[in-house]
Amino acid sequence: MTKLEAKIPQGPLAEKWTNYKDHQKLVNPANKRRLDIIVVGTGLAGASAAASLGELGFNVLNFCIQDSPRRAHSIAAQGGINAAKNYQNDGDSVYRLFYDTIKGGDYRAREANVYRLAEVSNSIIDQCVAQGVPFAREYGGLLDNRSFGGAQVSRTFYAKGQTGQQLLLGAYSALSRQVHKGSVKLYTRYEMLDLVIIDGRARGIIARNLVTGKVERFSAHAVVIGSGGYGNTFFLSTNAMNSNGSAAMQCYRKGALFANPAFAQIHPTCIPVHGEFQSKLTLMSESLRNDGRIWVPKKIEDAQAIREGKLKPTQIAEEDRDYYLERRYPAFGNLVPRDVASRAAKERCDAGFGVNNTGLAVYLDFSSAIARLGLKTVEARYGNLFQMYEKITAQNPYETPMMIFPAIHYTMGGLWVDYELQTTIQGCFAIGEANFSDHGANRLGASALMQGLADGYFVLPYTIQNYLADQISVPRFSVDLPEFAEAEKAVENRIATLMSIKGKRSVDSLHKELGHIMWDYVGMARTKESLETALTKLKALKKEFWSNVFIPGEPNNLNVELEKALRVADFIEIGELMALDGLNRNESCGGHFREEYQTPEGEALRDDEHYAYASCWQYEGDNKTPELVKEPLVYEFTVRAQRNYKS
Amino acid sequence: MEKIINITVKVWRQKGPKAKGGFESHKLNGISGDTSFLEMLDILNEQIVSEGKEPIAFDNDCREGICGMCSLYVNGHPHGPDNLITTCQLHMRHFKDGETITVEPWRSAAFPVIRDLMVDRQAFDKIIQAGGYTSVNTGGVPDANAIPISKIDADEAMDSASCIGCGACVATCKNGSAMLFVSAKVSQLALLPQGKIEAKARAKAMVAKMDELGFGNCTNTRACEMECPKGVSISNIARLNRQFLTAKFSD
Repeated sequence: MTKLEAKIPQGPLAEKWTNYKDHQKLVNPANKRRLDIIVVGTGLAGASAAASLGELGFNVLNFCIQDSPRRAHSIAAQGGINAAKNYQNDGDSVYRLFYDTIKGGDYRAREANVYRLAEVSNSIIDQCVAQGVPFAREYGGLLDNRSFGGAQVSRTFYAKGQTGQQLLLGAYSALSRQVHKGSVKLYTRYEMLDLVIIDGRARGIIARNLVTGKVERFSAHAVVIGSGGYGNTFFLSTNAMNSNGSAAMQCYRKGALFANPAFAQIHPTCIPVHGEFQSKLTLMSESLRNDGRIWVPKKIEDAQAIREGKLKPTQIAEEDRDYYLERRYPAFGNLVPRDVASRAAKERCDAGFGVNNTGLAVYLDFSSAIARLGLKTVEARYGNLFQMYEKITAQNPYETPMMIFPAIHYTMGGLWVDYELQTTIQGCFAIGEANFSDHGANRLGASALMQGLADGYFVLPYTIQNYLADQISVPRFSVDLPEFAEAEKAVENRIATLMSIKGKRSVDSLHKELGHIMWDYVGMARTKESLETALTKLKALKKEFWSNVFIPGEPNNLNVELEKALRVADFIEIGELMALDGLNRNESCGGHFREEYQTPEGEALRDDEHYAYASCWQYEGDNKTPELVKEPLVYEFTVRAQRNYKS
Repeated sequence: MEKIINITVKVWRQKGPKAKGGFESHKLNGISGDTSFLEMLDILNEQIVSEGKEPIAFDNDCREGICGMCSLYVNGHPHGPDNLITTCQLHMRHFKDGETITVEPWRSAAFPVIRDLMVDRQAFDKIIQAGGYTSVNTGGVPDANAIPISKIDADEAMDSASCIGCGACVATCKNGSAMLFVSAKVSQLALLPQGKIEAKARAKAMVAKMDELGFGNCTNTRACEMECPKGVSISNIARLNRQFLTAKFSD
């Protein structure tokens, strides 16, 4: 049985990262040139890592599936990025950011990792400003901040409602500079299809050129996976259409452990589903909860009348509105963490108070903010988000409340990594959303950007050297080695099998079916029965997929349906992992809510005695149940408590 | 009172960069007004796949107007007939029942067609690689608040930085000029003290690369500004010209 060694450095919490850096092994400049690193993905984590490693002098090969690195889905993050600068003098500190993150994650993350994240957060802001990221500023010329869920301080830096875009363009600029210098070579419109292992170490990848359809081989001394999360398992999510979990699954099938797959985040403020043909869900930034107030009608007959179109929200008197977050959580109000806000919305809708013709929506209302701050201020803060909302729904949020509903947004689970961000496969690292490390069972708003850039700019460029220091005498690998030929053959076979099925179902129809199973049985509220049902249904779906999918066109050419089919095959297996993990975890924590385990007030009920561990799954072969490996989460510095956002 | 329409989609099909392309017409019934334009193409593709044929290839990713991947010429306008949106933010409620909708790829010498509606925009990356950055390495930079920046400059830099690199400006320009794209990046960085240091060299390098890649000249028709999904202003072009001329004079 695999024993997991997290390699957490010795010493007091605040000194661990310094201790690590003081004693780690480094690679000298002359040797760096001789070492190749493959980075898969060009989002915040991938681009910042590729750029920083290139600057250090390593030879970097950077892959992305889009036509340009600038289009990775980090670009769509709206609200902001957290850092413990305490520029607002409101009592923030590295410790407080660490504590809020650990608590927000419902005490299911590693203390040492989270502390390091909080520690490097300030350097990220400095770095971005130096790159020319146009963060919002006060009239005095200094940086402005706003508040996000799960915190009582204002520590979120932002660039209008396009923070992810600006941070990614900063990292993309740094990356472009290295491409110009020749230290990074870009492979755009390439998709990784397998990890190549030689003598137990990751030594390359097999990737498909999405334009020509050619399957190609690439070798390196180390492979870094920065390919994002697996939220699209649900078909409908806020992820981009091409976001997928396949790179992680390829590593998993080659021996990397997959940790906490059940921990998926459901974001409370998304534009509700409008029909069967819908392709994705659009997020409305959490920053809106700074000034927007969430409510449903207090009287069930009002909700009924609204659903039937007989009543408008603006006709509901103030005293007939139930601002349920403010009612249930007076201390944090509308700014409770995402998991709490999502469940509260579901609770009200399940009780029959939901609005929209479907009954699956709640209001996010700006009328009191407009009365208090004036239309101009509200427009300056949220104008682009309001415009986005209006373009999609044809409703004006300045005049009528927005309608919102929870949707899948982010996955906290991912490839298991140690303190050095290395997976259980030597030389294979995972960064950003692709790993499981820092957010526990629930991620706080504005912390994804922080973690992606922390990993890429300030953590991996150090820790990967501790590994590569042993590799300086290892010559470059030829892609003619039998391990490459074998991996390529396996990929070709998988593609040939898919193409030869020639069934009756389109890839999308199967993906949608998967999404329904996931949302209905592995969604916001799960039970033992629902998860068992999901496993049965997923098994049947897998069979249906592998016997009845239809892919037109040729494999050795541009073929979008084939790309989608390869991803959906993996999504089905991720779905199984999620259900299996959810079934194992007989407790509720963060984004994982098991209806059997709740407090009398309906809050998540953790079981620290039995489940204070990261659940890591080891691949045992096709159609075999994976083995559960536990990494105990030892809390030395914080006391686990029931999360309290009420007082 | 949901709007439901029946339409004809006249769409450009082209097997590869060198292949001869042509229009193909498809009838599509029962499309709801709340459907986005790309969802309409998804529905059409499902219909095409169900007939055993290859679906229409088109670039798309975030579907919320920020990645810049979608790139369709709809009824003669890049990103279609509405203002300040990308193709993915266009909804079918803007079309009439019985309408024929013409869909084409970006057409520009610098953006060759890959397949159907998909074009190659690597030229934009190459322009950024030529100088669209500040030359700072990771680490060792000053505190973020060490240099105050006036809110006016920061806001203006943000407006320039909102470019999504979709290429609508090039596609709509009769000269195929990339001046709006280049000037937006040059302006963003020139407005900020961090970027000002290399402003002249950057302007020269990026303009030289743009010329080398076969983009046309700017003749101030303002078509780019009209069609830009993010409302990037041509005042950026004026700023680029100033930067470029000062750089040339100081040579």
